[in-house]
Amino acid sequence: MKAHQADRFATIMLWIGALSIVAILIAFLTLILGRGLPHLTSEFFNGPDGVRGQLFNSFYILFLSLVLSLPVGLGAGIYMAEYAPKNKFTDLIRLSTESLASVPSIVFGLFGMIVFVNMFGLGFTILGGSATLALLNLPILVRVTEESLRAVPRSYREASLALGATMWQTLRKVILPTALPGLITGITLVAGRALGETAILIFTAGMNVSRIPFDVNPLAAGETLAVHLFAVKSNPLPGTNADQIADGTAALLIIMVIVFNICLTLPSRWLQRRQLGKNKM
Amino acid sequence: MPQRKSWVYYNDRLSRYLFISSAVLVSLIILCIIWFVGMQGLSTFREVSIIEFFTSSKWSPDSGKFGALTFIAGSIGTTLIAILLGGPLGLAGAVFLAEIAPPWVRAFMRPATDLFAGIPSVVYGYVGITVIVGLTGRLTNSPTGYGMLAAGIVLAIMILPTVISLSEDALRSLPRTYKEASLALGATRWQTIRRVLVPAASPGILTAIILAMARAIGETMAVQMVIGNSPRFPDSLGSPTSTLTSNIVMEMGNTPFGSTWNNGLFMMAFILLVIALIMIILVRTASRKGAAR
Repeated sequence: MKAHQADRFATIMLWIGALSIVAILIAFLTLILGRGLPHLTSEFFNGPDGVRGQLFNSFYILFLSLVLSLPVGLGAGIYMAEYAPKNKFTDLIRLSTESLASVPSIVFGLFGMIVFVNMFGLGFTILGGSATLALLNLPILVRVTEESLRAVPRSYREASLALGATMWQTLRKVILPTALPGLITGITLVAGRALGETAILIFTAGMNVSRIPFDVNPLAAGETLAVHLFAVKSNPLPGTNADQIADGTAALLIIMVIVFNICLTLPSRWLQRRQLGKNKM
Repeated sequence: MPQRKSWVYYNDRLSRYLFISSAVLVSLIILCIIWFVGMQGLSTFREVSIIEFFTSSKWSPDSGKFGALTFIAGSIGTTLIAILLGGPLGLAGAVFLAEIAPPWVRAFMRPATDLFAGIPSVVYGYVGITVIVGLTGRLTNSPTGYGMLAAGIVLAIMILPTVISLSEDALRSLPRTYKEASLALGATRWQTIRRVLVPAASPGILTAIILAMARAIGETMAVQMVIGNSPRFPDSLGSPTSTLTSNIVMEMGNTPFGSTWNNGLFMMAFILLVIALIMIILVRTASRKGAAR
């Protein structure tokens, strides 16, 4: 009977553990949204201390970093999934991708500072920030691409190659379209992470925001929302309503995260359903 | 026919070269990072002795004292607290998801833990300042609450998604027969979990813990916001101190590039990089051991 009592006790403890994990999350969300949502007024965006510029910079830097990292990340992922033979060279590339994924973001930030701020002499720029952020995206993109391509059944490739298609044609017409839902999920994941990144951007894109609204000059400094939250919370300027700005910014960031998480599941599900429908016909 | 050099053939060739060069570029990037950060960091030792840097806790660059032990101890301390708090909780969550949760609970909880991973680290720091610091202040009887315990708690929450998802994957990838054999022998569910499933999945769980530690030790913004940022040796859980990452953020802006002070900060980043690389090698050995079994 003792074993059964232990079993029941353990089950209860595991339920409590799981419930407390969920409770922590709910506490986080209610705290942040509860404190921040009342501040999300038009004044918060457009006022003298408004975050319109930071919001724009967040998406602009995210966009540029994806433009820079997608081709290389996809290319390397495709190579690892489709071409790479089993040898030392492939092993080396895999090791470097894994290492790149484990590099702390502050190290990326300092690397970007050496290269873009000091060697190229650009100073703090949106371009330098995006390029350094692209390095953070790269290893995740490679892994996600490789995983979603590997999930495509072998028979698809064999059928296409047997019909006389080249590897490139097979990739473009068969493998990539089939892997698209996985790829989109992965890219959204990368984007969500890049949107909240701070340590890299402090040292490369700086903590200033352009006075011109929607300034697309990539050589201007560009403070993002996440960096802004850090700036107002760690060095609050006297005389400003820093606390309200911080509350609102945190809530805005959380809303962005939730929207991205919803985007993560919806389009890939829709694409999958469409493809399944097609296959049935 | 395939020998005919048509554009189809060239396209195929060209795309192949493009893919290979992308892969090579990824390898070059990590080498560049090690080289640049390493060279900048190691040049500290032209003016500071290695022994002083690693064994002295006196960090006052104005008077030429460059001992980084405080920051190293702060980083290790906060990481250990994070693992001690977050590891067991995350593992419990993983066991729960893999073995106990009814399907509808799992369908709700899995995306919820993924949401943890998506929250930006500054937002964790913000929650740390607004709530957790007050809590740790009461726990440790310190006036502010800033310090290793606050940072450890914030990090413990941040590493939950890593521990949960990787451990759950490890538990789920076990052959069904393990569980069936154990249950058929009359073991209860808890006995099966404790004596069969968790030991069998231990390489994967170890990987999860190591990667969580790598994340905790490299985390910057959240830690910087709640650690207190005082270059004092961490002799208690509730007193303000510093970590490698938080000190880089604090001092990088005030130091001219190329000065000994600045190089010392790059050396701290290089230590973090080396730790991250060691963790990756550990993960590889752990998973190879798992595969050998």
